[in-house]
Amino acid sequence: MRRVLEIILISSLLVGVTACSGLKKKGSEEQQMDSTSAGELTGGSDEANIENRVIYFDFDKSEVKTEFQQLITAHAEYIAGHPDITVVLEGHADERGTREYNIALGERRAKAVKEMLVLQGVAEKQLQVISFGEERPVALGHDESAWSLNRRVELLYSGE
Amino acid sequence: MLLFKRVIAGLSLCLIVFSVNASLTINITKGISDALPIAIVPFVWEGKEALPEDITAIIRADLQRSGRFSPIDEDELVARPTVGNNIQFQNWRILNVDNLVIGKIKPLKGDMYQVQFQLFDIYKSTQLTGYSIKTNKKNLRRTAHRISDIIYEKLMGVRGAFDTHIAYITVVGEHRKKVYKLAVADSDGYNEQIIFTSNQPVLSPSWSPDGRHIAYVSYKRGRPELYVQNVYTKRSKRIAEFQGLNNAPAWSPDGKRLALTLSKDGNPEIYVMDVETKKLIRITRNYAIDTEPTWLPDGKSLVFTSGRGGGPQLYQVGIGRNGASGQVKRLTYEGNYNARATISPDGKKIAMVHRAEGAFQIGVLDLSTEHLTVLTDSNLDESPSFAPNGSMIIYATEYDEKGVLSAVSVDGRTKQRLSIQEGDVREPAWSPFRAK
Repeated sequence: MRRVLEIILISSLLVGVTACSGLKKKGSEEQQMDSTSAGELTGGSDEANIENRVIYFDFDKSEVKTEFQQLITAHAEYIAGHPDITVVLEGHADERGTREYNIALGERRAKAVKEMLVLQGVAEKQLQVISFGEERPVALGHDESAWSLNRRVELLYSGE
Repeated sequence: MLLFKRVIAGLSLCLIVFSVNASLTINITKGISDALPIAIVPFVWEGKEALPEDITAIIRADLQRSGRFSPIDEDELVARPTVGNNIQFQNWRILNVDNLVIGKIKPLKGDMYQVQFQLFDIYKSTQLTGYSIKTNKKNLRRTAHRISDIIYEKLMGVRGAFDTHIAYITVVGEHRKKVYKLAVADSDGYNEQIIFTSNQPVLSPSWSPDGRHIAYVSYKRGRPELYVQNVYTKRSKRIAEFQGLNNAPAWSPDGKRLALTLSKDGNPEIYVMDVETKKLIRITRNYAIDTEPTWLPDGKSLVFTSGRGGGPQLYQVGIGRNGASGQVKRLTYEGNYNARATISPDGKKIAMVHRAEGAFQIGVLDLSTEHLTVLTDSNLDESPSFAPNGSMIIYATEYDEKGVLSAVSVDGRTKQRLSIQEGDVREPAWSPFRAK
């Protein structure tokens, strides 16, 4: 009984969080979300809120889309203003295409974000790039709604 | 009537399921009806206690799996001869079968056995080959695979690849609690051995040409680094830990060098490392992605994937003493995604991941005709690897929402699926021939 209650509590908490943040939900109900990057629920948003910590990309592309440039500028200001913060830029790809090419692609995406941050005053030593290619999807479907969530760079802050 | 039955058997191959006791289960998903019928009489066991392995069943399964043979049902056999001079060839001709295999197994001291077999041409009433092989309990399955290899070579004129291994990656578990394993099994899926286990991604296994080592990518220290591991002692050493990518290892045909992808100079580029001295030479210089190198059999050039033309395509580059030699040559033009090449042992064909109408499938490019053939028909086929005799390509695909391995003959006419009970299996790499 207690267990059941716990589950109910947790699920109502989750519902609360989603509702409060007023986020636009993309894709299917089954998508598995990653707790380390709360920002990804707002995928595609142009809000320059540094709570948004995921930048999304087009298939086989590593150019940062204009809609994310404001967000990156907001992060750049924040990181540059907090020299103790370090950020891991984690590059990812969707499941299509080959694994090694996708690792290279994920790295290019993360480096494209890094370059923009550095150009806007962030010290290189505050940033670390790592690519997982298609190995760590956040959405598990096999359609564009899942793929679009997986083609991403996550900004993982530490020392905040 | 018998002939009619055989045609039905050939056509219904797709329904046959066998080898239930393996870690990998093999299903023939596409068979051909013109496979060579062969009669295999159950080998006679002359010992008292039960024999630990069914040698005849292993040989039957091997030959059937190749797609080249159609072993006739045991209840169709007209006799059970155990020695050559007992064979009444005229009785066998009624079956419309060209070849007959007989054999016997004798117990020797300790766990040793003597396995004897003979292969006959029924129409010529002659023995084509015959061997007596001394083996032990541990090597009984291997002995059966070697017999399959001998039969295959005698009748097909090409060395068999049954006595070989397959390396692959298994992934079990949800999301960030995944467990990755690098495994090696016999070519029929038996005797799975786990070589390396990690809770971080493991990728891109590549066999050394002597079949003793596997190079692979491991994220065990949080980022991609290259390791070389001895398959038998399981001892491993880290061989590349540069900043950025340390990926896509490919052993040179002489076993002395590794081609690999490094991004330490800013961008994914192909390098060649001397395995002994660790000395690197840089092969590519291009702003686009260059990765997934693979060697031509002469060891003088590499084929790799590059995004330099806008999307991933295959290119060839010569290897000089200090870098690339000659011009980089583009090899693929059909379609907008051609990647992860693997080259046939004779150097005449390149298998790759080819995108056709949105689906990623295995294509084979004939280098002399420049003709590309698509061999597979699902959506996410990847990681092709040639059998060392060039007859089959093993690759990773999805079936029933799971990552599974499939093998297809190079002409696309036969196909089989290998699946493990739990989790996903991916990135198969067929081993080189083993020393006889």
